[in-house]
Amino acid sequence: MMERQNLGPLHGLWSLTNRELKKWYKAPFILLLSLVQPVLWLGLFGKAMNLGNMFTSGLNIPGLNIPKQVIDQIGTELIKSTFGTTDYFSFLAAGMLSFIVLFTSMNSGMMIVWDRRLGFLNKLLTTPVSRGSIIMGKVFSAVIRSLVQATIVLVIALLLGMQFRPNISALDIVGTYVALFLMSLGLSSLFIMLALRSTSWESQMAIMNLLNLPLLFASNAFYPVKLMPSWLKPVVEINPISYANDISRQLLLGATGMNSIWFDFAFLLAFAAIFSTLGIVLSWRYLNS
Amino acid sequence: MSSPAIKAINLTKKYGSLLAVDHINFEVAVGEIFGLLGPNGAGKSTTIGMLTTLVKPTEGTALVNGFDVIRQSSKVRASIGVVLQEYTADEDLTGWENLMLAASLYGIPNDVAKERAKELLEMVELANAANKKVENYSGGMRRRLEIAMGLINRPRILFLDEPTLGLDVQTRSAIWTYITKLKREYNMTILVTTHYLEEADAYCDRIAIIDRGRIAKIGTPKELKESLGGDIIMLQIVGNVDLAKQVIMSIDGMGDVRIMDNSIWITAKDGGSMAPQILEALNKNGVRVAKISITEPTMDEVYMKYTGKSLREEQSNWEEAMSTMRTIRKARS
Repeated sequence: MMERQNLGPLHGLWSLTNRELKKWYKAPFILLLSLVQPVLWLGLFGKAMNLGNMFTSGLNIPGLNIPKQVIDQIGTELIKSTFGTTDYFSFLAAGMLSFIVLFTSMNSGMMIVWDRRLGFLNKLLTTPVSRGSIIMGKVFSAVIRSLVQATIVLVIALLLGMQFRPNISALDIVGTYVALFLMSLGLSSLFIMLALRSTSWESQMAIMNLLNLPLLFASNAFYPVKLMPSWLKPVVEINPISYANDISRQLLLGATGMNSIWFDFAFLLAFAAIFSTLGIVLSWRYLNS
Repeated sequence: MSSPAIKAINLTKKYGSLLAVDHINFEVAVGEIFGLLGPNGAGKSTTIGMLTTLVKPTEGTALVNGFDVIRQSSKVRASIGVVLQEYTADEDLTGWENLMLAASLYGIPNDVAKERAKELLEMVELANAANKKVENYSGGMRRRLEIAMGLINRPRILFLDEPTLGLDVQTRSAIWTYITKLKREYNMTILVTTHYLEEADAYCDRIAIIDRGRIAKIGTPKELKESLGGDIIMLQIVGNVDLAKQVIMSIDGMGDVRIMDNSIWITAKDGGSMAPQILEALNKNGVRVAKISITEPTMDEVYMKYTGKSLREEQSNWEEAMSTMRTIRKARS
């Protein structure tokens, strides 16, 4: 009666991941919509607030006959010492990579709320698929989506004038993706864990709206930590987004970072390890009870 | 005698201080279509939840296909098929993709899954719609797909929760044709809940009526109807119902006498000859009768006797009501 069945601990994991991905790439309109925000930030904010030009577009102080070259030099140094790079647009573009990863990872929570509401989750629980695979399928699909969307944002940023550092290597790109991967892994596990406990999509939306902008603004996505008030700094310094940005800026733009790159990686690794373990274990226990 | 397909042993579930299911014991034989009836909140869903390992029993246990639902839950899951009340297929995927997804959740190798999906789609007459997105399916098509998904692992027991809810009469009878075919051709055991009492009557081999977490009555539809003790006489009274009841109770040969609103509900052997006696006695005592009916008992009366309510008066909580609404809406789409 019982014929061939591969009931390994990970069976069904890829199918569940693939289900989410199919829903996503089969609806290109929604994919495009989710890209609107970061692209708007890039195009409007990044282009309009062109800090580089502030100093180099013919600043002239009456009575002092300072050569333009000196002013340009001072301006450049000022920006560089603040942002770690002379190019604010590129600075912001690197920040937008973590922006899109943050938003996409957060959405993973919504998916499980819907699955629960529509009975799909219950149906899953009656099958012999492991509870861990249910959660991990969600996490992996969120991570894959995040990285693909980050790639699209990166390409758009490059088209809009983002400049890589001159001697960039393939390893720098890989490093950036590893950073985004770790951040997405931790964040999506965290939000799935939260979502499993919230009974309605309304409350999940509320949690997302409560957290997304504060998380973003309390990071170095738009401006450097250096300029922030002292009460904000500790928040920024535990915000994983700051570390992902620090890595991508150092690797892609050659910017001076807030920490050594190894410290950044260590932090993100710890963040991802702790939250994915916690998220998966707690969700697993919740689904088993 | 072979061992039963399902055996509940003191199966109990408490939610806080609420006893949702209260030490129930029953057996379902292999190849039986077994119906669970009862009002919302009576413990039907919780019972099915425990048998399908969705809900952990507080006390007692159940053997499903010989596996313990607590200690061998993954073996139970691998050996059963479950079709929930809600439509659980992913609307964004096609019927075919949904079946393949279900197959992979049961660890069925790809080549076997393809063959079986084709076979099942044919059986539920969805072969032509296999590559359509489920959101374009009608209610009947969706339900047929759900059943196909529940059969993908060739289960020995199939659990069906309200398989015909919200469907039109023809589709309902088509669904029951599949169900009885499964029993006939594969000797599959089927545990089904339904709100359509005439369906339970027509298709179930045995029925358990659950009320307030306990099994109020269990037996074949025929046994249940006979347990009412004869015909049912319903009298609509104008005036004092309590007085009428007293008068009726004093007549010999009355079974159960109950008041429901301004009507009286009597069970009596040979209702046809009892009715004139009742009318005469009431008339003598000055009680007017507006309407009288004599019926042979149906499942409706059985249900009313053992649960104390008719199906229509049921109240359910908001969550359940929404879920039912959603199912009905999709069924009618």
